[in-house]
Amino acid sequence: MTRYLLPFGIFAVLVALLGFGLTLNPREVPSPLIGKPAPQFSLPQLQAVDKRFSPKEMSGKVWILNVWASWCPPCLLEHPVITELARMKIAPVIGLNYKDRPEDAMTWLRRNGDPFELSASDIAGRIAIDYGVYGVPETYVIDKGGVIRYKRIGPLTPEIMKQKIVPLVQELDRG
Amino acid sequence: MARLGVLIMLFALGPWAHAKEAAPAAEDPELEQRVMALSAELRCLVCQNQSLADSNAPLAVDLRNQVREQMKQGASDPDIVDFMVARYGDFVLFRPPFKWTTLLLWFGPLLLLAAGLAALFYRLKRRRTAADVELTEAERERAVKLLAESETERQ
Repeated sequence: MTRYLLPFGIFAVLVALLGFGLTLNPREVPSPLIGKPAPQFSLPQLQAVDKRFSPKEMSGKVWILNVWASWCPPCLLEHPVITELARMKIAPVIGLNYKDRPEDAMTWLRRNGDPFELSASDIAGRIAIDYGVYGVPETYVIDKGGVIRYKRIGPLTPEIMKQKIVPLVQELDRG
Repeated sequence: MARLGVLIMLFALGPWAHAKEAAPAAEDPELEQRVMALSAELRCLVCQNQSLADSNAPLAVDLRNQVREQMKQGASDPDIVDFMVARYGDFVLFRPPFKWTTLLLWFGPLLLLAAGLAALFYRLKRRRTAADVELTEAERERAVKLLAESETERQ
């Protein structure tokens, strides 16, 4: 009986490891940008093309950057969460409109409500590459010194907002 | 008569229907080859089991363009790899780099092999020692008798 114990033990450990692997999400790739300065850019604003937006303007503030697009269904899914987050007014929420047609983006905002202080138009998607975006929506928390402190790939959920983003923003605000 | 007319017209159209040589897909095939070779080493993050070269996801197309642009500006392959790693992490590389956090990844299979060999040798050694059992005088006599019995039975 005992001679089967060892192979069985190894098998059980293997099953446990594989089972644990199944619970991980391969899409959640740890971003190398955490702890690094948010890449600089200057992009036209979606609703006021003659005005531009640059992260420099946000220095000294904790702020949230949300990458979204009108063609992205998960963005619609997370829209109520972003709206709630913006309503709390703990930090300005800036949109980065990713590879979208401005008129589509504007229609989307009119239809669903515009939670953003403003949105910057990244029509070519070039700025998003600097931010390592690969699955819209993505959300960044950037501190007063312009350093990326948190990144979420995929839609925000109410839990993530309450347990991660809100406490982090409050902590960074104090610091 | 109408059919004949159509036929004559079709023949008459012949000279205009010449085929053209397929246009090259890129202005600079040599550059394109470099782009594709490097893209094959980079993971498409949208469809993770494809390389940038294989994938036609919009992001993969953008990143290939990025690779092409940077090569045109004279960037070397390691420069471009660094550019990608800075944004997307080591995960974009199909060949993971050799460093502390990847030691287990590189040597894990070797460790497993070593553990397997160790287990095998241990067992073999134990089996060999187990075979050398000393018999007492009585046991030897009994063994001889049993062997002789089976010998006579067989005849």
